[in-house]
Amino acid sequence: MNNVPLIHILFVSTALFFIGVYGFFTRRNLITMLMSVELILNSVNINFVAFNKYLHPENHDGLFFSFFIIAIAAAEAAVAIAIIINLYRSHRSIDVEDANELKL
Amino acid sequence: MTILVLILLLPFLSFVVSGIWGRSHLKNLSGSIGTTSIFAAFIISCQTAYQYFFIDGMIAGKYVAQFPVNFHWLQFTPDLSINIGMMIDPISVMMLLVVTFISLMVHIYSLGYMKGEERYATYYSFLSLFTFSMLGLVVATNIFQTYIFWELVGVSSFLLIGFYYNKPSAVAASKKAFIVTRFADLGFLAGILILSYYSGSLDFKEIISRYTDLSSPHLQSAITASFMGASALTWGLVLVFVGGAGKSAMFPLHVWLPDAMEGPTPVSALIHAATMVVAGVFLVARLFPIFAISCPAALHLVAVVGIFSSAFAALIACTQTDIKRVLAYSTMSQIGFMMFALGVSKYGSESGLGYMASMFHLFTHAIFKALLFLCAGSVIHFVHSNEMKDMGGLNKLMPITHLAFLLGCLAIAGIPPFAGFFSKEEILTAAFEHDKLIYYVAIITAGLTSFYMFRLFFSIFYSKKSFSEKINHHSEGTFTMLLPQIILAIGSILAGFIPFGNYISSDGWVLENHIDWNFSILPISLSSIGILIAGFFFYKKSDRPENISLQLGALYSLVKNKLYIDEVYEFVTKKLIFRFIARPAAWIDRNLIDGSINTIGKATQVFSLTTSLWQSGKVQAYSIWFLVGTLGVLLMSLHFLQII
Repeated sequence: MNNVPLIHILFVSTALFFIGVYGFFTRRNLITMLMSVELILNSVNINFVAFNKYLHPENHDGLFFSFFIIAIAAAEAAVAIAIIINLYRSHRSIDVEDANELKL
Repeated sequence: MTILVLILLLPFLSFVVSGIWGRSHLKNLSGSIGTTSIFAAFIISCQTAYQYFFIDGMIAGKYVAQFPVNFHWLQFTPDLSINIGMMIDPISVMMLLVVTFISLMVHIYSLGYMKGEERYATYYSFLSLFTFSMLGLVVATNIFQTYIFWELVGVSSFLLIGFYYNKPSAVAASKKAFIVTRFADLGFLAGILILSYYSGSLDFKEIISRYTDLSSPHLQSAITASFMGASALTWGLVLVFVGGAGKSAMFPLHVWLPDAMEGPTPVSALIHAATMVVAGVFLVARLFPIFAISCPAALHLVAVVGIFSSAFAALIACTQTDIKRVLAYSTMSQIGFMMFALGVSKYGSESGLGYMASMFHLFTHAIFKALLFLCAGSVIHFVHSNEMKDMGGLNKLMPITHLAFLLGCLAIAGIPPFAGFFSKEEILTAAFEHDKLIYYVAIITAGLTSFYMFRLFFSIFYSKKSFSEKINHHSEGTFTMLLPQIILAIGSILAGFIPFGNYISSDGWVLENHIDWNFSILPISLSSIGILIAGFFFYKKSDRPENISLQLGALYSLVKNKLYIDEVYEFVTKKLIFRFIARPAAWIDRNLIDGSINTIGKATQVFSLTTSLWQSGKVQAYSIWFLVGTLGVLLMSLHFLQII
């Protein structure tokens, strides 16, 4: 395990982060956008765990943060899916382009 | 709090009650409410006067001011505050009596005169408002309180002149009165500011004591500060006098008074003859010690303006044909008498005769002028016209009015033993002692007064053999209209016998009244000649007046057109002020000021419309902005932290 350098893991998480960002910007489907957000959150999780392991192995703060993020991501997914369902009920669509009432 | 507060509160309550519920619920009761409240106020005023003059007003032989009510209203700095209160001193007690008495008479008279009027309740609420304001003005402890009530008086006068609001001339007259007096009040306000700035106080008592003490630093600073060749004190007093001249219709601010006759006649009696127009005289009298002791120059101006207005108005009154306008000009003339009496007076016992005479004349004039106006009201009520040519031969038809009017005319003409004689005598004596020129103008004016008053009298009541038959059927007025005339006529006979100097003098010490019959011969004979000339021209209908006016030609028409003062005003306002000041000002306002504000508004609008386009409603667009912003902040912080 120790022979995998930190930089590799960071590379993975960065790639994951930008894949998430790219997905968030390009996908019009709200479910896919939600999945992209999950990717971003997970890339952050990986960062926390990796930094904890490589820089301060005697502490567990990074691990705790990951747990919190997982819990919050679950809650966020629940809320987001509820919103998406309601949006679908009112608009008959989960395309983000169709939900543009919040403007002047 | 004493019972005195009721003098102010009762008319105010009456105003509120008939103003709010008058039109809906109390249509016919409001007259009684107003009359009752003013009657109660009158009784309390009488009691106050008795208490003050005979029981506790005099301390060691001198009348001193009392302050039964006085509280801080606005505290600006520890030294400067505006108080509201009631000041009881000889002139305010006298004014309380005069105002409540005349107002009571007018209230009673209006019960008959205004009966059946559609806005009867409104009329009474306005009358009450006026009475309240005038009473507040006379008891003011504080020059600022005076100013507040002064403006209230102006407003109620405006409301009452414009009472017949569907008559364009009445509306124009009310606006004219309001604007002219308001213009003068600007001077008054400036005067108040100057006087209070240098004295550091707004209370009459403080102002007077600080400005009359020659060693006080306040007086020194007010005298040494000068502007355009006159000291600050002179400016302050002159500006205050400008306010007083506006309200009291002194030349050249008199133009509103004749037009104000468009209001109902009882209102003219109350406001434009007996009470409101003497507010200016009262104001000068209130500040009299300062005028007399510290600033004789300003007092001299008062005298000059007074005598000029007096003679000027008397001359015009001889040519007017509207009976109310004749009375209006005679009012102006008589107020001129009061003004110059103050002007020739000095402070202190015997030389303060003019002050006493002025207040005495104010008192008697209020009674007989109210009488004359109420009689004129009855005549107008009877013939439905203001013009002299529609009248004549009314002496048989209106016997009581005829007699009352005769008494009023005798009183104003200064024939003994009627009220006007005594007060005018004192004024002439004071003028004789101090300024001969004023004295000679004054006695000629007094002669003119009796001429034009008896011209009026003969034209109304004699002059024609009999009056046309068509209006014979109705009587000369209800009991409520006759009663005030009878009371006031009795007052015009008796008021002169009051030993006025015992109660009112410039410094509070008792002053002996004295009538020097040798001195009186000249004024009395001039007045009698005036009456005889009037009788010669107007007792029987003849063409003598027309002949004489034809002979005078241009002079006559000059005077008849009131010396074209109104036209001068019109020229100055319309041709000069409107064209060269108001129009450029309006242009600047519309194009520069409004223009710049509008440009700023438009720019803001364009800016916000542009930026609002960024709000597309698209979540992903927002998140791109967010990302770009975050990256920008990141780069900037890295830059500033000198990492890259």
